[in-house]
Amino acid sequence: MTAPSTTSAPGAGRARRSGLLMVSPAMILMALFMILPFLLAFAMSFTNQRLVSPNPAQWVGFDNYKQMLDVGVLVLSPEKDAQGQPAREADGSPVYPGLREYTRDNPDYPQLNRMREWFHLDWSGDQRLYVLASDVIFMKALVNTVLFVVVVAPVQALLALLLAMLINQPLRGINFFRTIYFMPVVISMVVVAFLWRFIYAGDNGLLNALLGQLSFGAIKPVDWLGQPSTALGAIMAMSIWQGVGFHMIVWLSGLQTIPASLYEAAALEGASKWQVFRFVTWPGLRNTAILIMVVITMQAFTLYPQIDVMTRGGPLDSTQSLVFQAVQRGYGKQDIAGGSAISVFLFLFVLAISLGQRWLTREKK
Amino acid sequence: MNVPTCFRRQLLVLGLAAFGAASAHAQTTLSMWYHGAGNPVEKDLMAGIIKDFNASQKEWKVELQQFPQEAYNTSVVAAAVAGKLPDIMDVDGPIMPNWAWSKYLQPLALPAGAIDKFLPGTIGKWNGKVYSVGLWDAACAIFARKSVLTANNIRIPTLDKPWTKAEFDAALVTLQKSGKFDYPIDLGLAWKGEWYSYAFGPFLQSHGGDLLNAAGPKANGTLNGKAGVEFGTWWQSLFTRKLTPGTSQSGADREAGFIDGKYALQWNGNWAALPALKKWGDDLVFLPAPDFGKGPKIGAASWQFGVSATSKNPKGANAFIAFALKDKYLAAFSDGIGLIPSTPQAAAMTKNYAKGGPMEVFFALSAKQATLRASTPGYAGASGEFEKALSDIANGGKVADALDTAADAIDADLKKNNNYR
Repeated sequence: MTAPSTTSAPGAGRARRSGLLMVSPAMILMALFMILPFLLAFAMSFTNQRLVSPNPAQWVGFDNYKQMLDVGVLVLSPEKDAQGQPAREADGSPVYPGLREYTRDNPDYPQLNRMREWFHLDWSGDQRLYVLASDVIFMKALVNTVLFVVVVAPVQALLALLLAMLINQPLRGINFFRTIYFMPVVISMVVVAFLWRFIYAGDNGLLNALLGQLSFGAIKPVDWLGQPSTALGAIMAMSIWQGVGFHMIVWLSGLQTIPASLYEAAALEGASKWQVFRFVTWPGLRNTAILIMVVITMQAFTLYPQIDVMTRGGPLDSTQSLVFQAVQRGYGKQDIAGGSAISVFLFLFVLAISLGQRWLTREKK
Repeated sequence: MNVPTCFRRQLLVLGLAAFGAASAHAQTTLSMWYHGAGNPVEKDLMAGIIKDFNASQKEWKVELQQFPQEAYNTSVVAAAVAGKLPDIMDVDGPIMPNWAWSKYLQPLALPAGAIDKFLPGTIGKWNGKVYSVGLWDAACAIFARKSVLTANNIRIPTLDKPWTKAEFDAALVTLQKSGKFDYPIDLGLAWKGEWYSYAFGPFLQSHGGDLLNAAGPKANGTLNGKAGVEFGTWWQSLFTRKLTPGTSQSGADREAGFIDGKYALQWNGNWAALPALKKWGDDLVFLPAPDFGKGPKIGAASWQFGVSATSKNPKGANAFIAFALKDKYLAAFSDGIGLIPSTPQAAAMTKNYAKGGPMEVFFALSAKQATLRASTPGYAGASGEFEKALSDIANGGKVADALDTAADAIDADLKKNNNYR
C-alpha cells in the first residue's frame, strides 16, 4: 500500500468513494431534471424550435436575443400648425406626430421598423425623446420583475425579522402565533392567489369593503388588479404576505443559535434594547441575513403563479414578468425557442446578481 | 420544466400501450382518445355508442381512453412526438388545422352524403379536405329578459331582423340610464383564453375585419385595417362608457351576475342556458348577435372526431365515426349535456332543441349566424394575440397600437413557421 499523503487520513479514498456513491442519486436526478433541460434550453434559444411543427428546427444564431433586446431612440419635435407654430392640445400640451409613421415600413428609418414605444421623456425645449423596443412586452416584464425584487426582497426580509423577534419570546401560546404566521407558506400559491383575487375584487371585494367601513365611505372602491397603477403593487403585497412566514422561520432559527450567555452579559453591562440588537443580535444573524437575502432575491425573480392566476400580465402589461412571458411564449405561442431565450437571459441575470451579492457579503479580511 | 412532464406522459403512453395489448381479441382493436374524462354523463354516452358499434359488426372493436380536457391537447402532442397516437381521437375545431398540418390527422373517408345535413360549424375542413366532424355544436346569444326590454321600450330583435350596431348601442345606453343594473351587458371578460376569440372574434368579422387573411396568410392589413380599427374603437368605448365589466371581472360575477339580476344582458353560450332558464323561465329570451354592418355572426365549431395520420386501420376508424353520426346519438348527446345537435333531424328528437323547445333558437342561431374561426394552423398563436389586443384595448391602450402589435406578432409567428406550409 502506498503511503497516505500528508493531507488525507487512512481510508479517506474509500470514504470519498462511498461519499460519491451516496450523492450520486441526487446528482443524477439533478443532472437529468435541471442541468440537462437547461442545456437544452440554451441550445434551443439559438434555433427557431417550435413546440409542435412538422418543419425541422433551424439555427438562427442570435436572432431570438436580438429580437428580444433591440432598442432604438427617436427624438420628435411637435407638429406645426398652419401658422408655423407648434400645434397644441386643448390643455396646452404640444401635439407630436404619430409614431406609426416612423415605425411601420418607413424607408428612412429601417432601424426602427416594427418597434413600439417603450416610454418617452421630455427632451430639450418642446422635443420629446421616444425609447422604442422591438419587444416592449419583454422590456416591461424585465422592469416589472426587477421592481418586484427590489421592493419584495427588503420588505419581506425586514417584516420576517420583526415577526421572528416577536415570536421568539417565551410567552404562553406562542406556538399558536408561530402557526398562524407560517400558515400562508404551506398553502399553495395558486390557492392564495385565487383567494386574494376575491380580496382585491373591484366592486365588492373584502379590501374595498374594509377600507370603505373604516373611512366611513370616504375611500371609494378601487379596482386593485384592474388598473395599471395598482396591479403590481397589489401583487407585491400579497406575495410578501404569502412568503413572509417562511423567512420568519429562518430568522427564528438564526435567533435561537445566538447563545443566551451573550444576552446575559449584555444585560449585566446595562445595554439598552437597541444596543442589544445592534451589537448582539444583528452580528449573530449575519449568516442568516445573507442566506435570506440570496434566497428571497432568487425566489422573487421567478415570479409566476400569482401573475398567471391574478392578472395574466395585464392590465396593459403592468404585471408582466419574465417567467410568465417564458411560459406564455413557450406554451401559449408554441414558441419554445423564444421562451428558452427568456429563460437563459433570466438565468444569466440572476447569476450575475447572486455573484454580486456574494461579493458584497464576502468576509472582509 | 420540460422534461418531467414529457417523462410523465411517456409513462402514461406506456401504460396505455400495455392496456391495449392485454385486451387483444379476434376483432381488430381500434384505440380511441376522448377529452371528456370526469363527466360521467359524457362517458356513458360515449361508452354506449362504442358498445353499439362493437356489437354491430365483427371486424373492429373500439376501446376508449378518456383524458381530462386540460391535459388532452398536451397529451396528444406528446403522444404524436412519441409516435403513439390512437386510431380515433377528438379535436377542438379551431385547433384541427394545426393538427392536420402537423400530420397528426388524416382526411376522413366517410360514405358519400354522410355529413350533408350537418351544421357548417360541425365540419372541420382544411385545405379543401374534411378532417373532422362533430356530433354537436355550440352557439352564443345575448341572454335577455323580455320584461326588462319592454319596460325600457327596447325592440326585441329577431333572427331575421337583429339589432343594428346603433340599436344595440342605444339599448345598452338606455339600460344603463335605467339605473337598475350594475352594468347593462356582461360580455364575460372574466373568461380568459379561447373565449375572447370565440365570442368576440365574430364581432370583428361582423364589422368586416378578421383575425388574419388566410389566403396570404397575413394579419397586417386585415386585423389592423379600417374595419379592425373601427371595431377596436367601438370595443374600447364599451369600457370607457362603463357599459360592460372589464378584464378584472371575477369568475363568480360572470357565473351568477345575470342570474342575480346585476346585469341586464349577458353574452353567453348555450351551455349556460339551463341555469338561466331555471331562474327566469319564460321571461328569458335568447337574442341573436347584432349586425355590425357585414351581417350578424357568432362563433362556430366545438369538439369533433378525426382519424390519426398514423392509424393502421383508417377503414375501421372511419367506419366508427360514420356509425357515431347517427341522429339518435346526436340527440342523446344533446339531451345528456345540453349541446346543439348537428342535424335538424336530431334536433327534432331532443328535449331542448325540438320545435317549441326552450333552446330551439340556438339551433337556428347556429345554422344562420355561425362563422368559422380562421381555418389555419396558425390559429393557436393568432388567437392568443387577439385576446391580448382585446384586453389591452379594454384597459385603455391605444386601439391602433394594440392591433398593430397583434398583427405584427401574428405575422412574425407565420414567418417563423414558414407560413404553416
